[in-house]
Amino acid sequence: MDSPPITTGPTEVQLIDDSEEFRTLRRSFRSFAFPVTIGFVLWYLLYVLLSCYAPGLMRAKVIGHINVALVLGLLQFATTFAIAAWYARYADRRIDPAATAIREAHGAVVHAPRESAE
Amino acid sequence: MTLLASSATEHRTLTMTLFGVFVAATLVITVWAGRQNRSASDFYAGGRGFTGFQNGLAISGDYMSAASFLGIAGLIALNGYDGFLYSIGFLVAWLVALLLIAEPLRNSGRFTMADVLAFRMRQRPVRTAAGISTIVVSIFYLLAQMVGAGALVALLLGVTGDGAKRWTILAVGALMIIYVVIGGMKGTTWVQIVKAVLLIAGAALMTVLVLAKYHFNPSELLGAAASASGKGAAFLEPGLKYGATNTSKLDFISLGIALVLGTAGLPHILVRFYTVPTAKTARKSVLWAIGIIGVFYLMTLALGFGAAALVGRSGMVAVEGKTPSGNTAAPLLAEQLGGGTGSTGGAIMLAVISAVAFATILAVVAGLTLASSASFAHDLYANVIRRGKASEKEEVRSAKWAAVAIGAVAIVLSLYAGKLSTAALVALAFAVAASANLPTLLYSLFWKRFTTAGAVSSVYAGLISSVVLVVFSPVLSGAKNSLFQGVDFHWFPLENPGLVSIPIGFLAGWLGTLLSAERPDPEKYAELEVRSLTGLGAH
Repeated sequence: MDSPPITTGPTEVQLIDDSEEFRTLRRSFRSFAFPVTIGFVLWYLLYVLLSCYAPGLMRAKVIGHINVALVLGLLQFATTFAIAAWYARYADRRIDPAATAIREAHGAVVHAPRESAE
Repeated sequence: MTLLASSATEHRTLTMTLFGVFVAATLVITVWAGRQNRSASDFYAGGRGFTGFQNGLAISGDYMSAASFLGIAGLIALNGYDGFLYSIGFLVAWLVALLLIAEPLRNSGRFTMADVLAFRMRQRPVRTAAGISTIVVSIFYLLAQMVGAGALVALLLGVTGDGAKRWTILAVGALMIIYVVIGGMKGTTWVQIVKAVLLIAGAALMTVLVLAKYHFNPSELLGAAASASGKGAAFLEPGLKYGATNTSKLDFISLGIALVLGTAGLPHILVRFYTVPTAKTARKSVLWAIGIIGVFYLMTLALGFGAAALVGRSGMVAVEGKTPSGNTAAPLLAEQLGGGTGSTGGAIMLAVISAVAFATILAVVAGLTLASSASFAHDLYANVIRRGKASEKEEVRSAKWAAVAIGAVAIVLSLYAGKLSTAALVALAFAVAASANLPTLLYSLFWKRFTTAGAVSSVYAGLISSVVLVVFSPVLSGAKNSLFQGVDFHWFPLENPGLVSIPIGFLAGWLGTLLSAERPDPEKYAELEVRSLTGLGAH
């Protein structure tokens, strides 16, 4: 059906889940994804709240007709690009190698179903 | 007068020709893709053979809808800075998808969002809930796109009557059904890719032309927009649309939250992650999408302020009537940039940009129809109605019928929603997605204790609260630009329900889990965790 059962005994996956390698991988992923998510959501909310409740600050001119509001808005773009690039680098170095190692170590026992075999 | 009439015919013919070329080309692609479709995985996930860059373009194509191109440019043109919030929310939202959703979803699901939710829960209740919310979100979103198509045609054919709008909506609806039924995911993805390239090229051309008028000095453009708007510096500051009262400020916050949390719960975006072979490619496609979409939104900023400076509110009032929604700002700006009303250059630019906008709408509605019909067939038909006993052929056949049915419902509803702003309608779709889909997705992936009861209550509570609040909001009644005039049954003050309904979705998932006697299955969670992080056993 939907999630074809993995062909090994039920404990096999739980053993992987409990292994030191997997726990390290999970920690690497979560210790990046969770705090960064909280961080950018708060930073975005700060921007939204400033737009609503700090009109004086937002209308201050920076150069010509460009004001603080516009600069802060563009900064949201900049931080989004930066976080995406940061995560790409982090995942390449810290997540992909660990995930591949686990997959290769257990690929022989845990058989990945092929699309064509569905 | 005769000059005007002849130039109107000229650009109309040109638009129709350009659009005809797009339709013909995409139909060829669709038929070609349809011939290669053999298995269910071909139909639902395009054979999972797309590259990160291709899928990044297709995601951008799915995401840069009429609401982005026509809607946001229009909101900026009418309300100045406050329209900018949409672009920011729409973009930042991609980080949620990148960091928390795309890769685990790719690894642990197969065709639909419900695959992930049903991984360790009881299939039927969870799939029913997820299938219903997928279809509701998609129909909100479809409405927005088709309303945009209707607005465009009124502008192009210079008619205000309902006849032309109706025929447009019908034609758009018929084409999207054909794309989906014949081409499946592979065909639809290629349509998205072609459209994304056209849209970026069109927006880039207009951005360069706008900036060139102001010596490539953004400050000069802003100054011109501010003075043409008649509102001076206030046009460049937050608050014009949302700053008037405490209620409207809350509405702004509600909108902001819905935008940033909605993307990662949009069904037609989620299914895109299944069209690539691995989680790493899914990540790459989101990275491409963030780059493409980010640049596109920066361009809409120039287009919006450009339209404010060169077309102005009066220009939109002349075409749209007394309370303009702004949907015509971008095409009117194109006409100005080409040389103005009545000039050949203006007619050509108007025709090109309108054809691009049509292509945009057509591609997005096809994506939405595909996602919702896939969910109907794979979740509701195969797993709930037939209890997993439907053959793959029967499942795909039911998906095709569902595409016809959902398309028909969307066409009929769109005929009645013509006055709403496309960006506002899309914001509602985001609010429903953020309330009904995101909480349960996050809990399923990351909370071990989460149960079927939690999943089901989260989806229904988020879905029902957001839809009910919209029904009793000023969007439907009691305000100047409500859908129904002359009646007032609104009691919820905000236009966007997100501020209330998103916390309800999260809370209901948590309470539903704690209050149910059901024990979560630790073995299934271990399997989900291992699969979602490593791809072991992934489809």
